[in-house]
Amino acid sequence: MTDLNKLTIAEARDLLHKGDVTAVELTESCLSAIEGSNALNAFVHNTPEISREQAKAADVRLKSGDAPAMCGIPLGIKDLFCTKGVLSQAGSAILEGFKPEYESTITRQLWDNGAVMLGKLNMDEFAMGSSNETSTYGDVVNPWRRGNDDAPLTPGGSSGGSAAAVAADLCLGATGTDTGGSIRQPAAFTGITGIKPTYGRCSRWGVVAFASSLDQAGPMTKSVRDAAIMLEAMAGHDPLDSTSADLPVPNFEAALTGDIKGKKIGIPKEYRMDGMPAEIEKLWEDGTAMLKDAGAEIVDISLPHTKYALPAYYVIAPAEASSNLARYDGVRYGHRATLAAGEGIDDMYEKTRAEGFGHEVQRRVMVGTYVLSAGFYDAYYNRARRVRTLIKRDFEQVFADGVDAILTPATPSAAFGLGEMADADPVQMYLNDVFTVTVNLAGLPGITVPAGLDKQGLPLGLQLIGRPWEEGDLLNVAYTLEQAAGFVSKPSKWW
Amino acid sequence: MSIDKETAARVAHLARIRVKDEDLPALAEEFNAILGFIEQLNEVDVEGVEPMTSVTPQRLKRRKDVVTDGNQQASILANAPDAREGFFAVPKVVE
Repeated sequence: MTDLNKLTIAEARDLLHKGDVTAVELTESCLSAIEGSNALNAFVHNTPEISREQAKAADVRLKSGDAPAMCGIPLGIKDLFCTKGVLSQAGSAILEGFKPEYESTITRQLWDNGAVMLGKLNMDEFAMGSSNETSTYGDVVNPWRRGNDDAPLTPGGSSGGSAAAVAADLCLGATGTDTGGSIRQPAAFTGITGIKPTYGRCSRWGVVAFASSLDQAGPMTKSVRDAAIMLEAMAGHDPLDSTSADLPVPNFEAALTGDIKGKKIGIPKEYRMDGMPAEIEKLWEDGTAMLKDAGAEIVDISLPHTKYALPAYYVIAPAEASSNLARYDGVRYGHRATLAAGEGIDDMYEKTRAEGFGHEVQRRVMVGTYVLSAGFYDAYYNRARRVRTLIKRDFEQVFADGVDAILTPATPSAAFGLGEMADADPVQMYLNDVFTVTVNLAGLPGITVPAGLDKQGLPLGLQLIGRPWEEGDLLNVAYTLEQAAGFVSKPSKWW
Repeated sequence: MSIDKETAARVAHLARIRVKDEDLPALAEEFNAILGFIEQLNEVDVEGVEPMTSVTPQRLKRRKDVVTDGNQQASILANAPDAREGFFAVPKVVE
């Protein structure tokens, strides 16, 4: 069988369990695909020895007849996840050479389930970015292009390497993380599925922290079914993360019935932005019609504080980042600046952080420092946290009125060109997350599914937002939308 | 609220990030663009609204106050840029 790397997780699982393919064959197929993918710059640390060993072990387990769904499935891991003995740099020069002595809870659970690690995936530095242009490893290139135009496009960010790798069939699925849209926006830009679960569903232990009250990991996959299968393996209570929820993890795949009759789908009027491209508006209307045809009841809803989500986010996230990133001081791990004679410890801190952090990270750390500084804490940080309470209340009100899920566009545009935003002010780049960031502020689950192509042939996604802890229901609505949209396009291989 | 060069320098120092003098005006300008965007929050009526402390209503779990970890000196020092005799080494801090 050829092109095993193009399989979905569900297809590969069925073939592996029937004994029609082996985990070793599947892994080799992905390793060859990765070898030929340098132009994408998605994989930045390859781990072929580890993957071959894990694949062999998976085959033994599969033969014994007692293997979980993820057994033998080759995955890419975002560089933000600490993987024992394997470089984990969060896309930053300040963590140059960092090989953790421990394994993140999520990756440990995946390996315990028999999954195979192909390597680490490129990302925006410390997950701060929407275009994968802030990475110390250089830009990731989207496998999609505008028709015959060979201008390189962004895969989105921060999980741009994960998105590009899945879209280009370098792996069957990948881990991502999402603080303001970092799973859902790149998934939409590359025509794949990505889910950010409810805050607390997946352990944050061993995942390099950006903004701890917003960060949440999730799977990035080729289908909604795959997202359900992989999320189940990633989720669960972890005593090592005090914000991890002690709730049972349901069988998410079993929730995919395709029956959404009588479900109430909310369409928030505040997401209809001025200047929204007609194609996005059309896609949203089409998606609404598909859910209606499937038997859902469509209701107009209002989330009045939507407009204030991005400004609140750009206080809260930098504030938390400035605190979290204080640990990179050149003492315990990573880069330390060379000091001149007579320079002291403050020089060491300041030079180390100036050399190790890229421009966007420095800017956010400093903005965070400013909004937390004496005299401004109340005006900025506390006010933003109050607004966050109101944003969450908007959603609670809508759910209390019986809405099951909310349908919105995933992004305000299709993928843009690498370098196109270089001269824009930082706020322009932040607007990429305008539809996704509310979900992080409210701690809710959100998923994007590819729903169509724009006139240049680039994928566009729709987002569904669910009730807290009801990822199963949310995945089922997404599955129904996926079936109705029938998105099957793939980027043509140029790399 | 407008950030000048001096404020930018003060913030950079608080964040322990060295910024060259000639880069400070551009940095101050970026801060102003971001803070200008954030100013929108002043339009919101937050009277009587509690600042969010936890996005999901959950109680922090308690555990027994016992030692569950330790004896990992080699692991802890393994990634240090400068480790000597079982310690992290840094420039002299006490005169």
